Amino acid sequence: MAMVLAPEIPESGFSFENCKRNADLTKKGFAVPKATKTGTTIVGIIYKDGVILGADTRATEDTTVADKNCMKIHYLAANMYCCGAGTAADTEKTNAMIASQLELHRLNTNRVVPVVTANQMLRQYLFRYQGYIGAALILGGVDNTGPHIYSIFPHGSTDKLPYATMGSGSLAAMAVFESRWKPNLTEEEGKQVVRDAIAAGIFNDLGSGSNVDLCVIRKGSVDYLRTYDEANKKGVRQASYRYPKGTTAVLSTKVKNVVVEEVSVRHIEEMDTSS
Amino acid sequence: MASVVPRPHYPDYSTAAPVNHHFSPYADNGGSIVAIAGDDYVVIGGDTRLSTGFQIYTRQQSKLFSLSKTTVLGCAGCWCDTLTLTRLLSARMQMYEQEHNKVMSTPAAAQMLSTVLYYKRFFPYYISNMLVGLDNDGKGCVYSYDPIGHCERSNYRAGGSAGALLQPLLDNQVGMKNMQNIKDESIPLERALAIIKDVFVSAAERDIYTGDGIHINIITKDGIKSDSFPLRKD
Repeated sequence: MAMVLAPEIPESGFSFENCKRNADLTKKGFAVPKATKTGTTIVGIIYKDGVILGADTRATEDTTVADKNCMKIHYLAANMYCCGAGTAADTEKTNAMIASQLELHRLNTNRVVPVVTANQMLRQYLFRYQGYIGAALILGGVDNTGPHIYSIFPHGSTDKLPYATMGSGSLAAMAVFESRWKPNLTEEEGKQVVRDAIAAGIFNDLGSGSNVDLCVIRKGSVDYLRTYDEANKKGVRQASYRYPKGTTAVLSTKVKNVVVEEVSVRHIEEMDTSS
Repeated sequence: MASVVPRPHYPDYSTAAPVNHHFSPYADNGGSIVAIAGDDYVVIGGDTRLSTGFQIYTRQQSKLFSLSKTTVLGCAGCWCDTLTLTRLLSARMQMYEQEHNKVMSTPAAAQMLSTVLYYKRFFPYYISNMLVGLDNDGKGCVYSYDPIGHCERSNYRAGGSAGALLQPLLDNQVGMKNMQNIKDESIPLERALAIIKDVFVSAAERDIYTGDGIHINIITKDGIKSDSFPLRKD
């Protein structure tokens, strides 16, 4: 049943209906809840046979770590992946939305979608929201014209680069690239440089941490290397923290038997997967 | 000649006025301190990371300062204030010794710290302090402070950037809170040391300002012993 608050087909685009109310609440002293940010190191390089994307796996809420092993390399298309830094919800949803548009585009044109197309769609979408969608992205992929890396800023500007870094650890990572990136790196060399760039962010930037994720994209194949390197081993506990039985207070006990009123068995027809 | 087009004013869509930035004399350099006292000992641990914003200044800065052979002060917060305060305190400790021909006791040093902090009531030292030592009966004691001199004696305490994260854990494991059918007795030194190391392992997992390593001081009637322990470095 359709209702005003939950229509069956919601209007397209964002709902701004609470903006005025929230502005009034803020004016009265209400503390606005903070969004989860991925204080992040994300990178991408072009190597001999394609591109390599890299990311750390820490998500932060202010000064506490919200997620110790999150995924920041998102799927866009079979030949394209995209690293996200900034507001976690914005990077995830933006990439998911563009991914579905790219798939529709691929089905309509029956071609491998060029990386420029994804870049143009992302930048036009981000520019429309004037930076309020806090997504800083590194887009990487391989199409018929070769490998491409784009860095896309929240306001909608983009750079086409052979190697790029983004997020709060971008300076640490770029320091590694500036000293060690060169054209036509082999896959092994490329993975090592990307790992070291992410590790530089993990160790020297407090917003980045935990593990290194990599994604190698070649013409016709992709290697998504989740937890390519565990840069930090968790400390080992010295003492035991097991509670003896009876430590937790039981306030009241009540036993209620389940009454079986009726038993019925349903047989489910197998799905037709022949075509 | 360019004509001036009047700009319409929509109050709902107005942006904030330009912000005037002022110089701030304070910095938050992070760090955490944990202390546990027993019948004849007290242990205090502080992490060794000194940082600002998303940057690390150093991975090996001890935040513990020994004021006498039975008194240690742990400081987390604004590092420049820590340097100034500890310099002032050690001067006051020396003046006391020369004037009275004896070393200041831990409870006396605790009272002095409170007075020194409140003296700066309206331009405070931005530090969470934790003063530990042995009292006049040789029992371990922990004094914790707010930045303007409120002082409280207890048997265990966590302070600094991960203080709010660790205090409930200490309440349970050291204070034996929220448990039934267990003996509430003071824990042995080995257990206190293990708990301090373990809570810092946990703090380093979730607090971005705590990590790299910890520096520990163990105070008994025989003096101050040091220990250290590595933490994750991300």
